[in-house]
Amino acid sequence: MRDLKVSPIRNGTVIDHIRNGLALEVLRILGVEGLGKDSTISVAVHVRSQRMGWKDIVKVENMELSPQKANAIALISPSATISIIQDYKVREKRPVDLPDRLVGLLRCPNPNCITNQGEPVESEFEVIRRKPLALKCLYCERDLEDFIPHLAPGASGTRGNGG
Amino acid sequence: MGFLGRDIISIGDLSRSEIDEVLRSARRLIPVAEGSRRSDVLRGQLLALGFFEPSTRTRLSFETAMLRLGGQVITIADPLSSSVAKGETLSDTVRMLSSYADALVIRHPNEGASRLAAQVSDKPVINAGDGAGQHPTQTLLDLATMQERFETLHGLKVVLMGDLRYGRTVHSLARALALFGTELVLASPPTLRMPESVRRELDQSGIRVTEESELGRAVRDADVLYVTRIQKERFGDLAEYARVSASYRLDPSLLGQVKPKFIVMHPLPRVAEIPPEVDSSPHAAYFRQAFLAVPVRMALLSLILTGKVPVPGRG
Repeated sequence: MRDLKVSPIRNGTVIDHIRNGLALEVLRILGVEGLGKDSTISVAVHVRSQRMGWKDIVKVENMELSPQKANAIALISPSATISIIQDYKVREKRPVDLPDRLVGLLRCPNPNCITNQGEPVESEFEVIRRKPLALKCLYCERDLEDFIPHLAPGASGTRGNGG
Repeated sequence: MGFLGRDIISIGDLSRSEIDEVLRSARRLIPVAEGSRRSDVLRGQLLALGFFEPSTRTRLSFETAMLRLGGQVITIADPLSSSVAKGETLSDTVRMLSSYADALVIRHPNEGASRLAAQVSDKPVINAGDGAGQHPTQTLLDLATMQERFETLHGLKVVLMGDLRYGRTVHSLARALALFGTELVLASPPTLRMPESVRRELDQSGIRVTEESELGRAVRDADVLYVTRIQKERFGDLAEYARVSASYRLDPSLLGQVKPKFIVMHPLPRVAEIPPEVDSSPHAAYFRQAFLAVPVRMALLSLILTGKVPVPGRG
């Protein structure tokens, strides 16, 4: 029998196949502050995986992931899968899927970009390459290949319906 | 896609055939730009110029282009004396301008400002330079200058000299030239080389691109030398700036070895990159280039505001 390192959850979301070492980034995206009192989070780091060698897993009880947060997870770990659990059963399981355009998810790394000047505008990036992932700011046209430092607070904080 | 009502934000928004259409139209409008023919195709049309940073040539050439075609202009030329100084957002200023005028021209110190303006405005927006970003009408007039001299751009050998790293307008020009199948020679100080991403794109386009640090060798069998200014603020060390800028100055004696139709171009203003002795040489094309800004911008305004280019009558 398999040895379960993290106990199963009754209702909630399991984010599996997270790139090894990025579980804490996923937690940052989920935004612990916005969670209700019944949303316990279990984290497994450095778990053996047939497919990936090593992986991380995050389980959150009584929470459904907003599309914006799922996009943020896809950005930092395209290998991740999301399972919706209802009454201990997997109701739906899907890989994260990054749309071609990302609105309000990242802050443009170019300090001189118009989206960083207090204008009433959300950042917008276009996927210009999938492997390895590369984005382009639709405003200043600057390329972006390193995403974690540039995740917008809105993407990792309380915005969206993550609670 | 037609031009009527369209935004022009980045040269990448235009296909090769659309660039050709602008260049062809611009040539037809040269007599109007010179004042020897008249046109009032834009009579009753109002162009708003929102210049949020100083610019002489670009602003005056847009104003001239509009006035020569019978249109009128309103201008924010000094943001310090406008509501921008009171902290109004660009978005609000653009909304106001777009409710007054039939088209907008925006120059702004922040990259992406014109793209934002185009989203907010319900009238067409032309980007007249956004920070270190795009300046599509500059690229169009650069192409017009080469085409006027050589008829075709295909097969020309163009040397890009100076700051190829930070000057995004030179990146736009290089990309546009690649569309037309020119050969490029890159001549820059090692610290100001063209960024890898642009270089990769040029290589992928299939044109021949080489680097040459010795200017004499670079220009010997070239058709065009495009000189850009090396800016002092790019150097932490002023002695290094002085050394580099001195070595990227056009030595007039080099012009003794070039092909007969060879031209020297520069987006202006120049500082010391081209000494004044070159001005009287038949190879100096930078003042012609500055003039061609007018018919190129006339062509674009006419296409955007009316969908066509007038056949100028005698006047």
